[in-house]
Amino acid sequence: MGILDKHKFLEKNATLLLAGSFFVVTIGGIVEIAPLFYLENTIEDVEGMRPYTPLELAGRDIYIREGCYVCHSQMIRPMRDEVERYGHYSLAAESKYDRPFQWGSKRTGPDLARVGGRYSDEWHVDHLTNPQSVVPESVMPKYGFLTDRMIEGEYISDEMGTHALLGVPYTAEMVENGQADFLAQANPDSDYDGLLERYGEDSVSVRNFDGEPGVSEMDALVAYLQMLGTLVDFSTFYPDDSR
Amino acid sequence: MSDDLKDKHGTTGHSWDGIEELNTPLPRWWLYTFYICIVWGIIYTILYPAWPLVNRATGGILGYSSRAELAEQVAEVENANAGINQRLAEAELTQISADPELNQFAVSAGASVFQTWCAQCHGSGAAGAKGYPNLLDDDWLWGGSIEDIHYTVSHGIRNEEDFDARYSQMPAFGADELLEDEQIDAVVNYVMSLSGTPQDPALVEEGAVVFEENCAACHGEQALGDREQGAPNLADAIWLYGGDYAAIRETVENARFGVMPAWANRLSEAQIRAVASYVHQLGGGE
Repeated sequence: MGILDKHKFLEKNATLLLAGSFFVVTIGGIVEIAPLFYLENTIEDVEGMRPYTPLELAGRDIYIREGCYVCHSQMIRPMRDEVERYGHYSLAAESKYDRPFQWGSKRTGPDLARVGGRYSDEWHVDHLTNPQSVVPESVMPKYGFLTDRMIEGEYISDEMGTHALLGVPYTAEMVENGQADFLAQANPDSDYDGLLERYGEDSVSVRNFDGEPGVSEMDALVAYLQMLGTLVDFSTFYPDDSR
Repeated sequence: MSDDLKDKHGTTGHSWDGIEELNTPLPRWWLYTFYICIVWGIIYTILYPAWPLVNRATGGILGYSSRAELAEQVAEVENANAGINQRLAEAELTQISADPELNQFAVSAGASVFQTWCAQCHGSGAAGAKGYPNLLDDDWLWGGSIEDIHYTVSHGIRNEEDFDARYSQMPAFGADELLEDEQIDAVVNYVMSLSGTPQDPALVEEGAVVFEENCAACHGEQALGDREQGAPNLADAIWLYGGDYAAIRETVENARFGVMPAWANRLSEAQIRAVASYVHQLGGGE
């Protein structure tokens, strides 16, 4: 009966079978993935997004290295219980400079998409050093060693260059000043005007995040945590329901 | 047995070394479930957002959107509490506790605000931790009246985000070389003696002089503190960062700089009043 009898030919030619299988899978990909790149209602541009500063970028690397994503998600879903607890639901654009994204799929600890500014730097240091000292019921491990690991940011420009290659809008000037900006952000006594000029005065905090001299991994991680979810001003954001 | 099945369904005609493949049909229940799934899938893509077109995907005839659903649910809860939230936001702060219905609402709503936003630092039972004040006792750094608590919650302490945040800064007497090592040793002994820990009398006497010259301006002659500038009472044996020699010495040498975020940016006025009412009734409210 016609075409169905021909499948024997397909099954007996391994290369043809492979090509055929690939063709079928490609259709699935084109229908399910490709439209996300052009459909207007899946691309939402929001004001306020900027690439990570060098120090925040290093903090993000530490976040990934320590596997924080295993227990913490960074995506607030549009559900009332989540919005009441964590704040405005996450927008896709808020992780557009994340490579890879840190949405996560498991919450042993709370979501961190909007943890920025919610606690003091001192709390973050206390909590990372010994979580149970501030949250006795916590099962989080201790990360106090981060305070002792000093970092200089000597490779941060290379990493920024790689991100720029992937489409993150780091300018040549940003990449060039990577290490200087890295060191400046954790030192309020430094000359950090260039950093603010490049990344935005309102959205960059220059502080000694861990309260200790020098730049440690703790500084970088706290700088990263303290900016999470703070870039978009939701008082001027009007959601489009169809997105 | 196999011959019976062979007679019943026949074979596919495939034969490998004499082993033949039966052409048994799919179980009916499975086949119909499969068809139902296909039909369900088609209906689903008609009802809900699904097929990608040129600029947008099809919206589905139900017009469902998770954002719209959320907005609806939030509005529903807000409307249900709109009356009492408005009463709470407009009431005279000191009169909230006088109105039983309002007070009950404020305290229970405040408890959930506290568990969501405050418990991480102040503890789920509000007993605090080292560096994060206990809210159950009578000792207040910036005042324990409902107005004071309301102000502290709204604007926070020593943060960068709110210009009206409560602010004060103790000098780092050691790190900035304002006091000699021996003077610090003496003043620490003096401070410890204030709350009844016996100390070397000679050091205490020396420390008293250092205290009067360097510390009394903020902490007061009697070291009872000053709430106007968040200077703690040093004579009440309640310690935020620990009351042993090492902890007090650390404070004198490097100073402390506890920060609390401003919540007016994140919470509504009614929520702030609710949590202020909750904290006020925990035991130490004035």
